[in-house]
Amino acid sequence: MNAANPTLGDPHVWLKRQSRWSPFEILFWLAALLPFFLFPTYLTLASQVAIVALFAISVDLVLGYAGIVTLGHAMFFGLGAYAAGIISVHGWGEPLTGLIFAGAFAGLIGFIVSFLIVRVQHLALIMVTLGLGFLTLELANSMSWLTGGADGLRGISTWPIFNQFRFDLWGYTAYSYSLIALFVGFLISRRIVHSSFGLSLRGIRENVTRMPAIGSDYKFHLRKIYTISAAMAGVAGALLTQTTNTVALDSLSFQRSADVVVMLILGGTGRLYGAILGAIIFLIARDQLSGVNPQYWYFWIGVLLMIVVLFMPKGILGFLARIAGRRD
Amino acid sequence: MINQIVIVLFDGFAFGMLLFVLSVGLSVTLGLMNFINLAHGAFGMLGGYIAVLTMRQLGLPFLLALPAAFLAAALVSVVFERTLFRRLYKAGELNQVLFTIGMVFVAAALATYFFGTVQQVIPLPSWLRGSVEFAGMRFGVYRIFIIVVALAVTAILVFGLERTRLGAQIRASVDNQRVAQGLGMNVERTFAITFALGSGLAGLGGALAIEIVGLDPSFGFHFLVYVLIVVSVGGLGSITGSFVGAALLGIGDVAGKYFVPEIGSFLIYLLLVAILLVRPRGIFGKR
Repeated sequence: MNAANPTLGDPHVWLKRQSRWSPFEILFWLAALLPFFLFPTYLTLASQVAIVALFAISVDLVLGYAGIVTLGHAMFFGLGAYAAGIISVHGWGEPLTGLIFAGAFAGLIGFIVSFLIVRVQHLALIMVTLGLGFLTLELANSMSWLTGGADGLRGISTWPIFNQFRFDLWGYTAYSYSLIALFVGFLISRRIVHSSFGLSLRGIRENVTRMPAIGSDYKFHLRKIYTISAAMAGVAGALLTQTTNTVALDSLSFQRSADVVVMLILGGTGRLYGAILGAIIFLIARDQLSGVNPQYWYFWIGVLLMIVVLFMPKGILGFLARIAGRRD
Repeated sequence: MINQIVIVLFDGFAFGMLLFVLSVGLSVTLGLMNFINLAHGAFGMLGGYIAVLTMRQLGLPFLLALPAAFLAAALVSVVFERTLFRRLYKAGELNQVLFTIGMVFVAAALATYFFGTVQQVIPLPSWLRGSVEFAGMRFGVYRIFIIVVALAVTAILVFGLERTRLGAQIRASVDNQRVAQGLGMNVERTFAITFALGSGLAGLGGALAIEIVGLDPSFGFHFLVYVLIVVSVGGLGSITGSFVGAALLGIGDVAGKYFVPEIGSFLIYLLLVAILLVRPRGIFGKR
């Protein structure tokens, strides 16, 4: 991905060409509607996949594009989940405003945290994200008067969307709702990564010391994308709360932070669809395999991770793109 | 009250020394190769299970099971280093993190397969059980033993690094790998030896830890966080740093859980983030 390639001329033209919709993408989003007709019994799972895919996209923005290795992004997912749950318990169960509130809250915390994140790099960065993740988990655990502690939050009820569509048992509403949210989040992310802001993020990822030299305030860019990503993760968390009517501490756990990074790597970082594909593969495989022998699920995930890192450093999508001979 | 504080300090220091043995290897290898090896805790787990196996199956006494754990972890790790890890030295930190986390997943699943999820116990020799009384307080003999072992390890490490040829090579490679290579040193060989020694120490730590914290397939994960805190707070490649970091973390952990059990672990993470923000390279970190 070389933006300054002279043969392509004006960078804005180049960006526009990059952001054109390919037929594959339209096909992909049409295929996302298939579960309604083909697997109506699996709509709850499909809704989970859409939620986690949105979360994975939010991580892709900071990890895949801006190069911030984070092992604590579940903190924003969980903050959003709890924010949506807590206002619902206190008498406001309207889903859309709940979603916006949760996103804004997670984004606000993300904005504050981003000032800390840009100060550190390498191992210290990983440890600060990890530490902040654990910090939030412990905080939620000890503030049981607000969060319900280890028992989880009880008494969440989500009102019908627009007073029309109730969240039904089969997940028709849940999947439609999550899918629309995922699509909107995807459109926003797609716009971001194909903008000049997105290009400067890639510049930071490739060489952070060179960015100030060409006059780019990289810390400002990093703070911006981190805040956006935190808000998006918060929305994903809120979606999970509203579609399942439960929040528990596991929404903040390290496991969730690690799982989402694993999905991202499996699918391929820095290409948005990698995040979605990773979430699909991970959750469907877990759904199918954990029935067989749940203990060894992580054995295969571990093996898969090692293989992907050694032989497919750009993930499954990157691997497929290379086989297809397409330019990255 | 004074007695309580002394006992908490003692228990905390013993726990810290355990953490030191577990993590000092990672500190040195990270400083040397910049390779983020999250599987370090898994080598500790390997050492623990080797100790259990040798004592149960071969009937080795505890004092021989410890070196067996060291050797097994060192041997296995050097095989991995030569075949797999070396391919990742030039890869990005994300790939290193993910590859080694994948190894931890696999190790945990294998441990579950062979040993089940039960907590392992080992029979300690009678002279390591019980406690001694001093000034009206009771100190666990096994904890004294851990402190003695850890201090011995520290002495050997400091002496080895300061006075031996290998130590000088390691220090030179940590300080500036390129110049060391340019002077004709075999940096790769130094890497491999250091890696084996460091993982061996983790194995020793894993065997020592069984009596204090138990051993089950989640060991690699559980201790990973502690080990990483020690390494990042102490500073990469610094034995003094690891020692101080481990002692601080051990005492802080035990004291926090004893005096303020509600928010004990919260304080630990708060401290971790605060220290890293003020000193991103750790308290004793150079680079």
